[in-house]
Amino acid sequence: MGKFYDLFMQDVRFVEGLNACMNCGVCTAICPAAEIYKYDPRQICDIVQSGNEEKIQELLSTDTIWYCGQCMSCKARCPRGNTPGLIISVLRKISQETGLFTNSEKGRQQFAIKRTVGENILNTGYCINIDIVNPKLHPEQGPVWKWYYENKEEVADRLGANYNKEGSGALRKIPQQNLDEVKKIFEVTGGLDLYDKIEKYSEIVAKSMNINFEIEGINNEYFFHTYMENSGKHDN
Amino acid sequence: MEEFTKKYWKDYQKEIADDNFYYERSCIRQSFFPGSEAAFLKILRDILGKNIIDDPNQHTCTGIGYHSDIVPFDTTMTVVARIFSLMKDHGVNNFIPSCVTSFGIFNEVVETWNHFPEEYEKTKLFLKQATGRDFEIPQNISHASDIIYKYRKELKEKMPYRLVNRNTGKPLRVVEHIGCHYSKLFAKKSEGGMEFPKVLVGMIEEWGGEVIDYPERRHCCGFGFRQYLVMANRGYSVANTKKKFESMQPYKPDFIVANCPGCTMFMDRWQYTIAEMEGKTYDDNKMGIPVLTYEEMAGLLLGFNPWDLGLQLHQVQVEPLLDKIGIPYDPKDKYVGKSGNFLGEPEKPENLVTVYGK
Repeated sequence: MGKFYDLFMQDVRFVEGLNACMNCGVCTAICPAAEIYKYDPRQICDIVQSGNEEKIQELLSTDTIWYCGQCMSCKARCPRGNTPGLIISVLRKISQETGLFTNSEKGRQQFAIKRTVGENILNTGYCINIDIVNPKLHPEQGPVWKWYYENKEEVADRLGANYNKEGSGALRKIPQQNLDEVKKIFEVTGGLDLYDKIEKYSEIVAKSMNINFEIEGINNEYFFHTYMENSGKHDN
Repeated sequence: MEEFTKKYWKDYQKEIADDNFYYERSCIRQSFFPGSEAAFLKILRDILGKNIIDDPNQHTCTGIGYHSDIVPFDTTMTVVARIFSLMKDHGVNNFIPSCVTSFGIFNEVVETWNHFPEEYEKTKLFLKQATGRDFEIPQNISHASDIIYKYRKELKEKMPYRLVNRNTGKPLRVVEHIGCHYSKLFAKKSEGGMEFPKVLVGMIEEWGGEVIDYPERRHCCGFGFRQYLVMANRGYSVANTKKKFESMQPYKPDFIVANCPGCTMFMDRWQYTIAEMEGKTYDDNKMGIPVLTYEEMAGLLLGFNPWDLGLQLHQVQVEPLLDKIGIPYDPKDKYVGKSGNFLGEPEKPENLVTVYGK
């Protein structure tokens, strides 16, 4: 097998997720993404299983691998015990490690996720907390959320939380030693390395697109480009 | 025949621990429904008399980052190992995640370690190298909803209210939604399996309600991780939820209950979004269908104050449901904060009818 297939086989999720796909298409039938996007997990299994390096490289460069919503309904239904959702995770990992993710609109969005959820994990110890769900970036959250956001300590603490304070409870400030250890885990296990690659390749593509890029934060043109751009060419 | 049936159903029943728990809070539940986590702890400690650890040192499992592919699996496995190490510090070994994504993550990691021992050894080394810590795999991993399910009969005895319409005497008609990662990832780790998830059905039927079966009952709520986190993708998320609403509408649900905090939030917020975008609601009064967490459902029936449970944080207003059950509430207390001060009311939506702002 070729370069990409060998990389896939180093990931235990690929070994677990793809045994022998018979291309029955049950995964596509049950898949919420296939109903909405130009997406067909059966075809993805077929391409990956073929080992065709050219086709795999093309796949890693397109929007296709970024359409899956990771609901894992495919795992529940595959008669062969395969998990296309796990295969997708491996394809996305390799796409990011090789920089191919910047070739597609949906792939470039990884930058926006890294700058929001990714930074939040290291800075606060939460993937998501109230502060990150700014009503300006989340109009769909509605006026009750805006009210809560503007009165978060008063409201959350009435409901038994311990917002941004020391001690136990919901929304507490997580002690620094824990954040230090989590960051060290990211360093030792390749988490920081993946963050760096997302940053490095995003900066290169931002320059090539002549879009303003800042080395941190979300107040820059490239962040909003990746967060909001929708060419409208994805729907089924 | 009876023996065969018993044996057959055994596959769909899981072991749920009964005491000495470590509670792993959920990023989404504690942010959007902090009152639900407080209610869960109150139920376990004050009503059921259980020992449950609420550790200030705990942190994210990385689940949302992992499923949106910015966090590698080695990192997630080692962060999970650190959380198990924190549990070890407290001398308990029954693990309760509040989040359904986390429930999936913890099971995925443990299953990986079981099937690929070299991954287990690698994680041990990573954790030692990064933190100097050791860990043990929990004896039991049950979702927080599993615990409420297990004790549903005991809780019923303490409940002054039932899921019954006080005006008609008929059971309330309830849509139950199971988070995908509760039962679709590892069916045998869930109560009832993927085909017959029983965890919420058991609570609803025990407490007097009637469960609605509808075509898209097991369809994803539409979260989709990166499909919601990035604004450009949110059409995926709302379209999936809309599909569920259209499928359940003919059955006229009184309310929806979910065991996943994300699903609860999305089914609440997307009703607001669809109402504002298209003027469409899925009830007869333009107010939407109330969506509860299972802790809120249990707390209400146990007589907790709705505004201490956090029901004012739902965009779809819950008062019509409280009126149907006959639960008293003080409208003046709804928007009062911890200090006891009135905080003002939220703005009024254009289309979705609300109790406030009249």
